[in-house]
Amino acid sequence: MLTREQWTEKFVDVIAHASSQLPPDVLEALKRGRDAEEPGSLAAKALDSILTNVEMSKGNWQPICQDTGTPLVWIHHPVGMSTRMLTGAFEEAVRQATAKQLLRPNAVDTLTDKNTGHGQGAGIPTVHCEEWDSPDVEVRLILKGGGCENCGAQYSLPNTKLKADRDLDGVRRCILDAVAQAQGKGCAPGIIGACFGGDRGSGFVESKRQLLRRLDDSNPVPELDAMEQQLLEQGNQLGIGPMGFGGKTTILGVKIGNLARLPASYFVSVSYMCWANRRAGARITEKGEVTWFN
Amino acid sequence: MAKLQLPCEEAAIRKLKVGDFLELSGRMITGRDAAHHWLLHGFREEVAPFLKDSVIYHVGPVVKKHEDGHYTFVAAGPTTSAREEPFQADVIGKYGLRGVIGKGGMGPKTLKGLQEHGAVYLHAVGGTAQVLAQAVVKVEQVFQLKEFGVPEALWVIQVKDFPVVVTMDSHGNSLHAEVEKASKAKLEQLLGLSA
Repeated sequence: MLTREQWTEKFVDVIAHASSQLPPDVLEALKRGRDAEEPGSLAAKALDSILTNVEMSKGNWQPICQDTGTPLVWIHHPVGMSTRMLTGAFEEAVRQATAKQLLRPNAVDTLTDKNTGHGQGAGIPTVHCEEWDSPDVEVRLILKGGGCENCGAQYSLPNTKLKADRDLDGVRRCILDAVAQAQGKGCAPGIIGACFGGDRGSGFVESKRQLLRRLDDSNPVPELDAMEQQLLEQGNQLGIGPMGFGGKTTILGVKIGNLARLPASYFVSVSYMCWANRRAGARITEKGEVTWFN
Repeated sequence: MAKLQLPCEEAAIRKLKVGDFLELSGRMITGRDAAHHWLLHGFREEVAPFLKDSVIYHVGPVVKKHEDGHYTFVAAGPTTSAREEPFQADVIGKYGLRGVIGKGGMGPKTLKGLQEHGAVYLHAVGGTAQVLAQAVVKVEQVFQLKEFGVPEALWVIQVKDFPVVVTMDSHGNSLHAEVEKASKAKLEQLLGLSA
């Protein structure tokens, strides 16, 4: 069994991966986007700069983006392991990673309006722990920047303006509207995580959990898989383009989940993730052996 | 690619058009939410000379403090400029700024301010924190570090060949307004909302 300090060490590694190493599926999607844009256009040049940046941060293990975001953490752990210990170990990892400039001091006390200086604060990071049957621990992390977080949107259906009823077509209308409202402000080309159902809190959490999925996966639910593909195509028809410069690459992927809802409520929660989808995952055995995945 | 040395004169700014690529060299200052509020609350004489005829960069950098006390930028891409929309035009007018660097563009109040005072909005590519940090060759000094924290402090920096695109010029043109109009028309069409 690893000690709390050893867990902290492992978690700092996970943060380093997320902050500096862009997942390969995202890199491939960015390259496809660049190849689709007109050579010499603002869109193509923006994507060229992004691709150069991805290589630089990868090589020197430094943050892809200076806004290292909110660390959103999902941990699966064996029966009997303390969630309090794991959460505390991750919080300490955030402080250590901040001291090493893998993260920016990114937590501001909202009463005093002072930056805590060490990256950690009430609710930052957010750590979700879930027990499972394996003896291993699996940790998945997303660093979600503030610019894209500000572009998130939540809809309560029906919505007359969008002609969105309480059905899958209504869900589609909301998600497409959210992409249009975001324009380039969330650092397009973005990745959309969405959830329909749930309450206002659980819906947003699920929309973010969807961002853990690889861009090249398929939704196991056929209707949702079809909607994801349709929205990817329609989102790119909007012509917002990289950074909102205009162009063919507005979004790189759409990932949709659903939760049960109350009879009275029908929420569609949309989280916008910037192109720098800083996602990292690792499976760690009892002996501390690490397998990276993404 | 065209070069622009900072500080610069109004005439150089008036020549710039939406879509122009530029590489900036010289001295500029950083500032975002807390800084804009602070700059408008009174006249900040200590930072005014760094704003006059130069540009303000909307950024909250990751900064390393070295053992001898000097600082370097580790990661420094632009932050979303739209949050400064209520303040930007006034800050430009009050301190004689020639431009703003950020991402995502700004609204009609800023566009009018750019036209009135002879300034431009310069878009850096969001998220390219390594590419842009490399163009920051020196951190000269910092204001309000203790009060605002690292991301919100006003850092005086020297840059070399810092790449930007003009997306709002001093003649009332905005790429952001154009793209927004076209994309929202397309949205209405895709959703069957057009009249």
